[in-house]
Amino acid sequence: MDRLTSLQPRVRVPATARAGEIVEVRTLVSHPMETGFRRDEQGARVPRDILTHLVCEYAGREVFRAELQPAISANPYVAFHFRATVSGAVTVRWEVDGTVVAERTETIEVLS
Amino acid sequence: MISRRTFTQRSFIGCAGLLPGVGWAASRRPDPEAILRDATSGRTVTWEGVTIEMPQLAETGNSVPITLSAQSPMTEADYVRRLSIVVPGNPEPLGPAFLLSPANGVARVSTRLRLARTQTVVVLAEHSDGRVTGAQLPVLVTLGACIDELWTD
Repeated sequence: MDRLTSLQPRVRVPATARAGEIVEVRTLVSHPMETGFRRDEQGARVPRDILTHLVCEYAGREVFRAELQPAISANPYVAFHFRATVSGAVTVRWEVDGTVVAERTETIEVLS
Repeated sequence: MISRRTFTQRSFIGCAGLLPGVGWAASRRPDPEAILRDATSGRTVTWEGVTIEMPQLAETGNSVPITLSAQSPMTEADYVRRLSIVVPGNPEPLGPAFLLSPANGVARVSTRLRLARTQTVVVLAEHSDGRVTGAQLPVLVTLGACIDELWTD
């Protein structure tokens, strides 16, 4: 499996939108978001392992950035909006300390 | 029989006492005002224009849906540049933050939170002119997200 899809990133963007319409992007990725505060059955501390950032690019520009924290539940779901202006790619990337670990691209068609 | 208060205290101490950086949490209860000062860099918060949509009773704190939004025209002249969540009852009180711009059209974000115990969730909106608005919502958590720790104490 491709390195950037092993976390099963899912992104939902409307296929079409009117120019100027505000559309919602819904994202989900499989990740434990381990807080570092939990212990396993043997009593050993489970090391911290969290996705630190989610970034969305639309038509080549960054339109959204989330700083994730242990207060986000496992398999993080994040939904946000942007104003559709031109047809193009919507790419969502999940990062750990600056390294991209998951990525997914969808396209949106803006009707004139 | 374990009282509710002992239960919540132990579950919190269990969650918080493991990392040296948050050792203070094990010795005394967190001070929500100090946490808020930290989150806003000391700026005054106006408690209006921000909405938190979230169940006020959560059976478990593992995954509690939340939608946060702030009133703003989201134009170049006046927009929300940062929406953030503060969870004073968690071992790490500063929760996720979302960076916005006029390109978003609306200052509205949804996610799912992990809540270690019953607490008042705070949402802050930092506007382009430096103003900070916010809202608070008490959430009752029946079973905290760090429940494992209670049984390994």
